[in-house]
Amino acid sequence: MLSIKNLAVKLEEEDKQILKGVDLEIEAGKVHAIMGPNGSGKSTLSYVLSGKDGYEVTGGSAALEGADVLEMEPEERAAAGLFLAFQYPVEIPGVGNMTFLRTAVNAQRKARGEEEMSAAEFLKVVRARAKELKIDADMLKRPVNVGFSGGEKKRNEILQMAMLEPKMCILDETDSGLDVDAMKLVAEGVNALRSEGRGFLVITHYQRLLDHIKPDVVHIMADGRIVKTGGPELALEVENNGYAGILSEVA
Amino acid sequence: MAEAALKQSATEARLAGLEMPQGGWSEAARRDALARVTAMGLPERRDEYWKYTRPDTLVQADPVPAALFDRSDEAPLFDSIDRLNIVFVDGVFDAEASDDLALAGVSIERLAEASADIHWARDLYGVLETNGQKPVERPLAALNTAFAPDGVLIHVTGKAEKPVNLTYRHQSETSDAMLHHVIRVDAGAEITVLENGPAAARFNKVMEVDIADTGAFHHVRAQGRDHERRAATHIFARLGAESIFKSFTLTANGVLTRNECILELTGDDAIAHVAGACVGDGDFHHDDTVFITHDAVNCESRQVFKKVLRNGATGVFQGKILVQPGAQKTDGYQISQSLLLDEDSQFLAKPELEIYADDVACSHGSTSGAIDEEALFYLRSRGVPEGPATDLLTLAFLAEAVEEIENEALRDEINARLSGWLERHRS
Repeated sequence: MLSIKNLAVKLEEEDKQILKGVDLEIEAGKVHAIMGPNGSGKSTLSYVLSGKDGYEVTGGSAALEGADVLEMEPEERAAAGLFLAFQYPVEIPGVGNMTFLRTAVNAQRKARGEEEMSAAEFLKVVRARAKELKIDADMLKRPVNVGFSGGEKKRNEILQMAMLEPKMCILDETDSGLDVDAMKLVAEGVNALRSEGRGFLVITHYQRLLDHIKPDVVHIMADGRIVKTGGPELALEVENNGYAGILSEVA
Repeated sequence: MAEAALKQSATEARLAGLEMPQGGWSEAARRDALARVTAMGLPERRDEYWKYTRPDTLVQADPVPAALFDRSDEAPLFDSIDRLNIVFVDGVFDAEASDDLALAGVSIERLAEASADIHWARDLYGVLETNGQKPVERPLAALNTAFAPDGVLIHVTGKAEKPVNLTYRHQSETSDAMLHHVIRVDAGAEITVLENGPAAARFNKVMEVDIADTGAFHHVRAQGRDHERRAATHIFARLGAESIFKSFTLTANGVLTRNECILELTGDDAIAHVAGACVGDGDFHHDDTVFITHDAVNCESRQVFKKVLRNGATGVFQGKILVQPGAQKTDGYQISQSLLLDEDSQFLAKPELEIYADDVACSHGSTSGAIDEEALFYLRSRGVPEGPATDLLTLAFLAEAVEEIENEALRDEINARLSGWLERHRS
């Protein structure tokens, strides 16, 4: 699904290398987790894959189903099936959540040459999906993320994911700022979207999210590289020994 | 004294080409207005009130020709609204295109035809304009009172059955139009007045609105898309107790537009909202000048002006709230913001508060900014291409002004206009 080869990235504005050769193969139907200490490059990886400005790819490649995503505009990546759930979802005053969702769904459909979703059909689908995520009608009417609590913002990200039905989902620190109940709700939303045709990359600092979203593969990232790969037990090792233990072991 | 002499000769040159309508109830007011404009002189660029907007093309004897604009890419505005339509072509009444001037709850006449010696409008024509000449002079309005050959006189005695729409068509490249409207809203009466169209190569318009206690006046205006048109407009309104005045203006294109709005809240518990959204691309100069006087207790006023400027367009805002002694419990709000889509465009703002009462809440703010890059990326990461995403954020920026329009159908028409404009003017 997503194939990253020797990806090297520096900041555009300063001479600082963030990613120093990342290799990652995520198969359809699998959930991969990337864990790592602060500053290891986890979030940078998610931004570079989704096309945020401010980074310069200095080497390597990233392909979604064989197509080079690094050459695409952010909207083209989205239409190709890539989705990033933001660590800090952006507030957009003046744009209603419903308008935002419908514009996004139909923009992607249009880009793929599919028929746009009618207002009635959209309303039906969005209401059903919102209900599953305990998102009430008021949250749908309000401007995008404006005045939302941390939990509401993250649930809104998952609602967007559910509506856009991407092939490859990247979740950047989705657990940050959530209490246990909110995290469970978000995890349930993610689990409901797990399917054979969809890949997941879950970026997290803590193991606790992975109690709820069970990964197939766990990677440890440090200083811009994947330094260790293993099964779910690797996450437990982080929980028990901290990053220091694992990093000294691979050093 | 060279400046004064220049001003006097410019004023004389302008007046020489104009002919004052004779006879009837308005003649005395017209003569007074001529005396005032002669004494004041027409504005010139060294006048403090014209510091940000050059008045010369509005003042000079002949208008700068303005090419006609092909607007076949959009349906006429307010066509879907059930309304009484009155059409002026280059400032000249078009009887063929206009509906009968008959409407339940309202009496409508044309200024040019109201020639009797006694008329209700006599108590208002030029009167509100005269009141509005202090503390700042507005000579172009006095010029209009003296010479405007036509306009509509609307007396609202009940709840108007439907909106009155004034359509201003522009068909001559050299037209120089003047219209003067007078609107009197009786106690408890209510009307919506719509205006749309580019009007003329040069347009000078005055609207005097007198709202009696508990009356309501709603106004939605769209100034046409003709790039080269020029306009100076004035609204003078006087609000009685518990009355409502709400005015919104959309301006798209136009090399020069100066919209002045002078409101006086004279009765307690009155509400006055004035809002504007403008979008300009390239050779575009738009000036909103507002003066709101609170002279009664517990009144509310809101000024909400939003400007989207690109390719060297200029926006100006001069807005003042004057709270007179004794006007306690005044709630005054003023916001003027611009979205600058490039570094060549500019926004000049002069917000002012002058308060002589001690128990008031007045706030004002003015900002210039660019598109929020974080929000733009967020939208694009969801699959919305850069153009439509920028439009969506631009409409969101304008929303606070557009939402001042209470009627949903009118609001939708204005939003559709803005969307269409943005789509056509993408980089």
